[in-house]
Amino acid sequence: MPGADRAIKIRIRNLAKRFGPLVALDDISIDIADGTFFVIVGPSGCGKTTLLRILGGLEQVTSGTVEITDPAPGRPQYSVVFQGDSIFPWMTVWDNAAFGLRMRKAPRAETEETVGHYLAKTGLTRFAQLYPHQLSGGMRQRVAIARAFANDPEILLMDEPFSALDEQNRTILHQELLRIWEEDKKTVVFITHSVDEAATLGDKIMVMTASPGRTKTIVDVPLERPRNVLELRNDPHYGAIVYGIWGQLKDEVERARL
Amino acid sequence: MSVISGRAIEPGVDIGERQRLAGRRRDRFLSIASPLGLVLAWEVAARLHFIDVRFFPAPSSIAGALWAIARSGELLTNTAVSLERLFWGFLLGGVPSLVLGILMGISRPLRAFLDPLIAATYPIPKSSILPLILLIFGLGEMSKVVMVAIGVFYPIAINATAGVLQINRIYLDVGTSFKAGRWDTFRTIALPGALPFIMTGVKLGAGLGLILIAIAEMIGAKSGIGYMIWAAWETFSVEKMYCGLFVIAIIGFVMSLGLNELERWLIPWKAES
Repeated sequence: MPGADRAIKIRIRNLAKRFGPLVALDDISIDIADGTFFVIVGPSGCGKTTLLRILGGLEQVTSGTVEITDPAPGRPQYSVVFQGDSIFPWMTVWDNAAFGLRMRKAPRAETEETVGHYLAKTGLTRFAQLYPHQLSGGMRQRVAIARAFANDPEILLMDEPFSALDEQNRTILHQELLRIWEEDKKTVVFITHSVDEAATLGDKIMVMTASPGRTKTIVDVPLERPRNVLELRNDPHYGAIVYGIWGQLKDEVERARL
Repeated sequence: MSVISGRAIEPGVDIGERQRLAGRRRDRFLSIASPLGLVLAWEVAARLHFIDVRFFPAPSSIAGALWAIARSGELLTNTAVSLERLFWGFLLGGVPSLVLGILMGISRPLRAFLDPLIAATYPIPKSSILPLILLIFGLGEMSKVVMVAIGVFYPIAINATAGVLQINRIYLDVGTSFKAGRWDTFRTIALPGALPFIMTGVKLGAGLGLILIAIAEMIGAKSGIGYMIWAAWETFSVEKMYCGLFVIAIIGFVMSLGLNELERWLIPWKAES
């Protein structure tokens, strides 16, 4: 079982978040083990993005606690890949990817090497000197991923990073993300509304209830790694997992529509 | 052999490109033809005395006057003086307005504090402050430089603030999540994000600066293009007045070309249109 014997990286206890009278998140308690690809899936408006923003220090909790283990000295705790276009239009691909390293004043040689490595991994080496407006949506999201990985954080927080892409691009990027992630298996918290995406990428999938967002269930994904995104579709276990999660999610999606 | 009915699509020449080129050539011709045509019509009208040459001297006689003051050095001296004042005025007004404008965009309290002051003083016609400026700074260079600085200040400050405020929130979130400090946020996000707006402010400021330098020199100076125009009025040398107007127009034109070039260089990420 992935993560069963590993140290806890993120510990959330009785977390609640209110925006005025609206209860966005309620009584969430989860442990995320080091090196786990943890996917959170839920209907629109269930507060999953809010949960990620809390982990990323962009929102405060109303009550409850969030503990994240301190990073090794010199390494950042987390990087965020945002939903939608978040790379800076005024920086080249290279400068975008180098942003995190520059912000933490990494030595120039380290920056050069790390950025070069992740641009190569994401197939962007040839486009290093281009500006975002010269790239397609899929390429831009690769830059956002390269930027997050190049910062070399202990935790990656990903907020529906592929939701704006078409299905073909999304499938390709799933495979690329898994390939890069396999290198050093960082802890990932990945938000999505896609059950397929959750089962393709995750070790554990947390299904959230519709507003207010609570933990409905946490499902293990016992699919072997490394995974082949295409072959997964032909795997009966994969189908069973997707079907199982849909069973949990269906009522919530219907409830969210009311 | 089977025959498929309908029209076959045959490879053809792309005439679109040729048409576009022809169109561009036509546009360029038209934009050269309009000023040339005006000058020509003016010349003819002046020679035939359709217009009063005391007020509208023929372009050829204006050109003659221009040549005369160019040779005497009067033109060059006055132009150089005006350009120098414009330069220092731009620096004196531009740098603080840029910094202040961006800081106002970043900091809510600062915006709340300064916004009413700017909103209240902005509508005052800058030319009406000239007597006060002359009183404070005297007839020396400083009063002219300050006039330009005041003119440049508002459009740049206001546009810089607006430029920062329109920056997509997500870029600031990225800055926060990558632990960008205050200075880094200013340098890598606020400034470049606001730059397209700031350039618009600089262009507006350049136009205002030119207007104000001409006015300031007419009243409170013994040199410069504005002074030259005013002195020409006092001696009723109408041709020389037109020379001054012509030079100001040229300065304005060259400035806007230069600023467009600067914009292209500073903002390479703007999609070419």
